[in-house]
Amino acid sequence: MDTIFRSYDASSAQRSDRSAGDRLRHRQKVRESIRDNIADIIAEESIIGKDHNRVVKVPIRGVKEYRFVYGENAPGVGQAGDGEVQPGQTVGKGKQAAKGQQAGDQAGMDYYETEVTLDELVEVMFEDLELPDLDRKHLRQMEVERQFRQKGFRKKGIRVRLDKKRTARSRVKRKKATHRSDVAAFNAERFPFHKDDLRYHHTVTETRRESNAVVLCIMDTSGSMDTMKKYLARSFFFLLYRFLCTRYENVEIVFIAHHTEAREVTEDEFFHKGESGGTFISSGYTKALEIIYERFHPALWNVYAFHCSDGDNFESDNAAALKAATELAQICNLFGYGEIKPLGAGYYGSSMIQFFSQIQESNFQTVQIQRKEDIWPSFKTFLSKDRVRDDAA
Amino acid sequence: MAAFYSVEDLKNWNSRIVELVEKLGLDPYPQEFEICDYEQMLSYMVYSGMPSHYPHWSYGKAFEKLKTLYDYGLSGLPYEMVINSDPCIAYLMRDNSLALQVLTIAHVYGHNDFFKNNFTFKPTRAEFTIETFKAHANRVRHYVEDPSIGLEKVERVLDAAHALSLQCRRNLSIRKTTEAEQREFKYRDAKPSVDPFQSVHRRKEWESPDLTKVPLYPEEDILLFIRDHNLQLAEWEKDLLTIVHEQAQYFIPQIETKIMNEGWASFWHKRIMEALDLPQALQMEFIVRHTQVLCPTPGGLNPYHIGMTVWQDIERRWSEPNEQEETKPVTPKKSAEDKLFEVREVERDTSFLRRYLTEELIRELNLFEYQSRGNDKVVSRVADDTGWQAIKETLIQNVGTGTIPVIKVEDADYNNSRSLFLKHGHDGRDLQLEYAEKTLQYLRQLWGREVLLETIINEKKSLLCFSEDRLTIKPLH
Repeated sequence: MDTIFRSYDASSAQRSDRSAGDRLRHRQKVRESIRDNIADIIAEESIIGKDHNRVVKVPIRGVKEYRFVYGENAPGVGQAGDGEVQPGQTVGKGKQAAKGQQAGDQAGMDYYETEVTLDELVEVMFEDLELPDLDRKHLRQMEVERQFRQKGFRKKGIRVRLDKKRTARSRVKRKKATHRSDVAAFNAERFPFHKDDLRYHHTVTETRRESNAVVLCIMDTSGSMDTMKKYLARSFFFLLYRFLCTRYENVEIVFIAHHTEAREVTEDEFFHKGESGGTFISSGYTKALEIIYERFHPALWNVYAFHCSDGDNFESDNAAALKAATELAQICNLFGYGEIKPLGAGYYGSSMIQFFSQIQESNFQTVQIQRKEDIWPSFKTFLSKDRVRDDAA
Repeated sequence: MAAFYSVEDLKNWNSRIVELVEKLGLDPYPQEFEICDYEQMLSYMVYSGMPSHYPHWSYGKAFEKLKTLYDYGLSGLPYEMVINSDPCIAYLMRDNSLALQVLTIAHVYGHNDFFKNNFTFKPTRAEFTIETFKAHANRVRHYVEDPSIGLEKVERVLDAAHALSLQCRRNLSIRKTTEAEQREFKYRDAKPSVDPFQSVHRRKEWESPDLTKVPLYPEEDILLFIRDHNLQLAEWEKDLLTIVHEQAQYFIPQIETKIMNEGWASFWHKRIMEALDLPQALQMEFIVRHTQVLCPTPGGLNPYHIGMTVWQDIERRWSEPNEQEETKPVTPKKSAEDKLFEVREVERDTSFLRRYLTEELIRELNLFEYQSRGNDKVVSRVADDTGWQAIKETLIQNVGTGTIPVIKVEDADYNNSRSLFLKHGHDGRDLQLEYAEKTLQYLRQLWGREVLLETIINEKKSLLCFSEDRLTIKPLH
């Protein structure tokens, strides 16, 4: 019998990364899966104002391989190591965990997790956000710096920019070149500069522009806003903040909580501190206007404001709210009102959406959010209203 | 790590091993060895050892997983990877030490002999293995590159087909009946049996069999059934189903004989290595490696260990039976060698364990049965006088294809609505519902219409019904 031995061939080993294509496709699928689960992810943790490199755990579904397998009530056989085992003794993790270890096609954990940084997550999120016209719009930019910088050389220029060294060098070159054609001139005592020898510095003017945006998160924290509603609101604010971060260099975020009175709070307080009492929506808007004029003047800042409420406003406040809202819409790039009415919460209280329909401003948008799934579509509708400011720089 | 041996060394050791293999009576295919690095080894593991294999993201996933486990030292690589083909191809990892390579070579001949001689492998047509997988790869790539098909569509069919691939016939040595034969059987079955009192009372009426039913008898090859009975499928889709089915069938014998096969290879590598008269340094390492491979995994099952223990016991019982066994006449007397080779040829894991895993062995192996309670594995039976029989039964249920639920197509025109009706042969173990739902979704996709699965959930007969995009579970009475 003849046995064949094929020895190791390093060069073919380097070339044959045969699983590269399949690995790539798998990673794409993981990415798709992340995108599908984005709503869950953003609702999970406090990630709004957090560091870009923060790592988030993302549950992945859809890349599992399913088959018919046996469930919980299927017994198995094991082998005891040293010593005796007794009936009733626990010998390890149950089927769910243990089987997942053995093979990928067995019933493993419900989902597995992957770790991505916030930046990657955001990139994935906005990857499929098809808002082509948004890109064409101007962002309001400020000129923060202007400077002159040398860039290259020219044969024409003004006297002060004459580069003597280069000029001299080009004369030497020309002299060398005349050696063949005109030996007399080459050997002459004097070989004067010609105007073709002159070299000038070229300068360019560079301006650096910076774009600033501020997100005003206004939320109703009255007694009627429960955790579920806040959770929906948070997802929306997160998307808005993250989206603006990709568009502007500098994004500030302001949290305004209001019930009958409004105040500026921290992120943590904003989402976790419940308050009680009634609702004056106008108070939140007035506070927002105050902050804008004080710190974020609309001439210098792109202002985005979004208000989340359950629409349960005091009748008497409606007129004031309408007036403040109109004013906000006039100075903001985009101003939105999201009414959060979770399904099953019953249709109690009034709706401000109908009332706000009186506002004529084109950059004002109302959305209704009932469930998690509504957030992404309503976010898209909201952004589609972003308008070009006439006074954009 | 540099290899501190040359291919020449391996060849020399190999020729000594081959000599022993022949002397010991093993009968392998011609053998080929390929030396590769660890990344190539990972790739071979992912693509079932095939030099050419069709692409699918699941292999990428498997690669990433294996590589991660390996890179973090959570799992080692197998010393050997051997495929059932003629000539038999095995891969040796170049980073392994000489002792390990010699051990691996000896071990490979055990597998090789088993592939060639065990009855379950007969229908796999080992001489065409490499070419078949290559042809499959070419066909799938061709569909991927076809502009009217493309990756997405191919992947969709493959995803669904992979989910169902193991729902196929388990014993390939039993020939599949043709439709004509099935019709004949139907007629035969419909004939009333001969009644000794037929002269006294009336004969049973002849009832003509329902030959319009599809399938006539429950069908286990789900992918093939869909291929042949879903008229909406395009040729390329049918071809993909065929490819996935053929590949799954190729691996069924290996699933069916895992314990026997590993035990057999270990049994012989031990013998060969002992007969090789190794120099001391190699001998020490061999003992260490051998023990590592064959030590029982507490709480789990090591097929190498179980298999080898049973093989060794067979050899002992047929060469030097103890008194008790002497009195029990054990079939016609055979030499231990003949017995070993006979068992290697005619058994698979289920029958092997049923016949040769004795009460004494179950005690010796210290086997126990466990049940899942919430998140824990809890021991339910230990190897004592009352428990061993049940443990054996449970073990037999869990080897080979026993971990794959038996699901057969019963009717392709359920309720006259062309719904596909399947039945789960429930044996006390319920299906995992989340997985069943997703798999039924794939089945629904391939069939193109509603699919229904009859099973038992928590001791209640139920009908899982996947229509449009949702699963509904109805109780059956």
